Amino acid sequence: MSARTATVPGMGMLRETGKLFALGLDIGRGIFQRPFQLREFIQQAWFIASVTILPTALVAIPFGAIISLQFGSLASQLGAESYTGAGSVLATVQQAAPLVTALLVAGAGGSAICADIGARTIREEIDAMEVLGVSAVQRLIVPRVLACMLVAVLLNGMVSVIGVLGGYFFNVVLQDGTPGAYLASFSALAQLPDLWVGELKALIFGFLAAVVAAYRGLHPPPGPKGVGDAVNQSVVITFLLLFVVNVVITLIYLQLVPPKLG
Amino acid sequence: MGAEVVIEGLTKSFGKQAIWRDVTLNLPPGEVSVMLGPSGTGKSVFLKSMIGLLKPDKGKCEINGVDIARCSERKLYETRKLFGVLFQDGALFGSMNLYDNVAFPLREHTKKSETEIRNIVLEKLELTGLSGAEDKLPGEISGGMRKRAGLARALVLDPEIILCDEPDSGLDPVRTAYISQLLVDLNAQIDATILIVTHNINLARTVPDNIGMLFRKELVMFGPREVLLTSDEPVVEQFLNGRRLGPIGMSEEKDSAQMALEQEQADAGHHDGSTEDVRGIVPQLQPTPGLPERQGAIRRKDRVVQVLHTLPEPAREGIIASLTPEERRHYGIPEPAVTAGGRTPAHRGNLPAGEVADLPGSPAWPGAEQSAPTRPLRPRRGGA
Ligand SMILES: Nc1ncnc2c1ncn2[C@@H]1O[C@H](COP(=O)(O)OP(=O)(O)O)[C@@H](O)[C@H]1O
Ligand SMILES: [Mg+2]
Repeated sequence: MSARTATVPGMGMLRETGKLFALGLDIGRGIFQRPFQLREFIQQAWFIASVTILPTALVAIPFGAIISLQFGSLASQLGAESYTGAGSVLATVQQAAPLVTALLVAGAGGSAICADIGARTIREEIDAMEVLGVSAVQRLIVPRVLACMLVAVLLNGMVSVIGVLGGYFFNVVLQDGTPGAYLASFSALAQLPDLWVGELKALIFGFLAAVVAAYRGLHPPPGPKGVGDAVNQSVVITFLLLFVVNVVITLIYLQLVPPKLG
Repeated sequence: MGAEVVIEGLTKSFGKQAIWRDVTLNLPPGEVSVMLGPSGTGKSVFLKSMIGLLKPDKGKCEINGVDIARCSERKLYETRKLFGVLFQDGALFGSMNLYDNVAFPLREHTKKSETEIRNIVLEKLELTGLSGAEDKLPGEISGGMRKRAGLARALVLDPEIILCDEPDSGLDPVRTAYISQLLVDLNAQIDATILIVTHNINLARTVPDNIGMLFRKELVMFGPREVLLTSDEPVVEQFLNGRRLGPIGMSEEKDSAQMALEQEQADAGHHDGSTEDVRGIVPQLQPTPGLPERQGAIRRKDRVVQVLHTLPEPAREGIIASLTPEERRHYGIPEPAVTAGGRTPAHRGNLPAGEVADLPGSPAWPGAEQSAPTRPLRPRRGGA
């Protein structure tokens, strides 16, 4: 992106990717360095939570409904109504919740982080901090990344609950499913690792969203439109990354954890 | 005493765009130096390379023996604590008020109590004329105030090296004069090595001990102030006088056709933009009465007298004229032909440009002998 000197096509992208990884490693190291910026962490976690909770809740209800309705109708055509509960719960907890969470954390939280860091970069605040002998990664980025991860995990829990409740409501009230069958199939197919993998995904997605946002914020394209472009790119890049990583994690999970009904 | 900065063969480019190459200079401890140069010649990039914010492609920049361009991250952060840096726009933390901004380095790097911190912060704010503005946020004050607050923050850790990026831009001439005096007073008090990047001619003529100039991707000159102030190098002359006539153009460099056209217009009586010939040595700004004498200036006298014979004639005359009769006797220098203390007229010699430009690169002070001489400015003809 900013490497206009690349002679071989794709070199620029490779270089950016490398730098992104390097920042990720720096952040990983920074997490274990003391002193930990507790205040910044709490402030940021509160801020990210405050901008994401409401939209996430509002998205979670229709999302649970869509999955439940779609699955319910599909299951009834196949004559497997009794598995509706299990199917929609699994889909919600494993796939829908982490993705919804990540999209909102990236869209609302990540863009705010990117704009904030980007503004500080072009005002030379980051340089000033480095020159004062304080690592900007440790001081500003690490608390934001951790805050994003925490909020993503908490939101994921919330989305799972709301999604499942919404699915239950729509299945039982609108599709004439029976509460008993819904709950029974739920415990027949779903298992605890399903929840764990959902949470793990949310954790990883939160990390990715924050690292990409911080990276674009630290290296905005030059010019007055730079920070705006950086925010835009950070959201797009995060979305792309999320779906790729999601495929990888899902594949690994399906290989490693045996399904409950063999 | 301030730290010494030794820069050798420093080269920086962004991709294919070369910014400057082979910059070799030496900031003697405790002295004040100014780096001049037209906008966009990479002065800010030069400062950022000196503190390791940008990695130079080649060359080294040693502070107290630590090469900033190549040392470990831990060493880099350690060495940076010796620096006080004033960024072009102050670079204050937008989310903190002025008080917290200035207190930030103290809270990060010292174990001082809040009362001690309060005393230091208020003192520095008063020094920079910001008393009473502690609670203001950077967004609520003028550019000049932000700049002074940035300076206050750069000073709290008693730095050994102070770098100022255009301390005068955005300030009125009176405030600039105050900032100049403040920097000189600071130097007298803490004996820090100071490098000021500017294009303010007044400041450049009165404040520094040494002056350098960046142009056409090179360090044109660097040496004692007298050398540059009396130079008849066309670039230097044009810059000091703020004329349109000369090698510097609107887009940094001019082609020969443009130069000829402008010369023709000037010969026909068209105003060339300058007011009067401001070259020549003017008396240097002294610390406010009551402050100690500048140790850097005392050391500089020894240093310059030692290399006197290598300097161009007008610079030599200027330096001799600036010495008191006792000092001349002490150094065994004969009385000058020009009246002592008087303003030395600009030299109108007709040395070939190459020869003049070469001189400041010759050993300027002991210890710098091994460094490569500054390249002479080559006459340039058209093209990029
Ligand atoms: N981070 C950067 N990336 C690419 N080019 C840069 C960067 N910083 C500065 N430049 C370029 O370097 C040149 C010198 O800039 P600068 O040091 O700001 O000049 P000045 O002498 O006015 O302070 C400019 O042409 C600018 O475009
Ligand atoms: Mg600049």
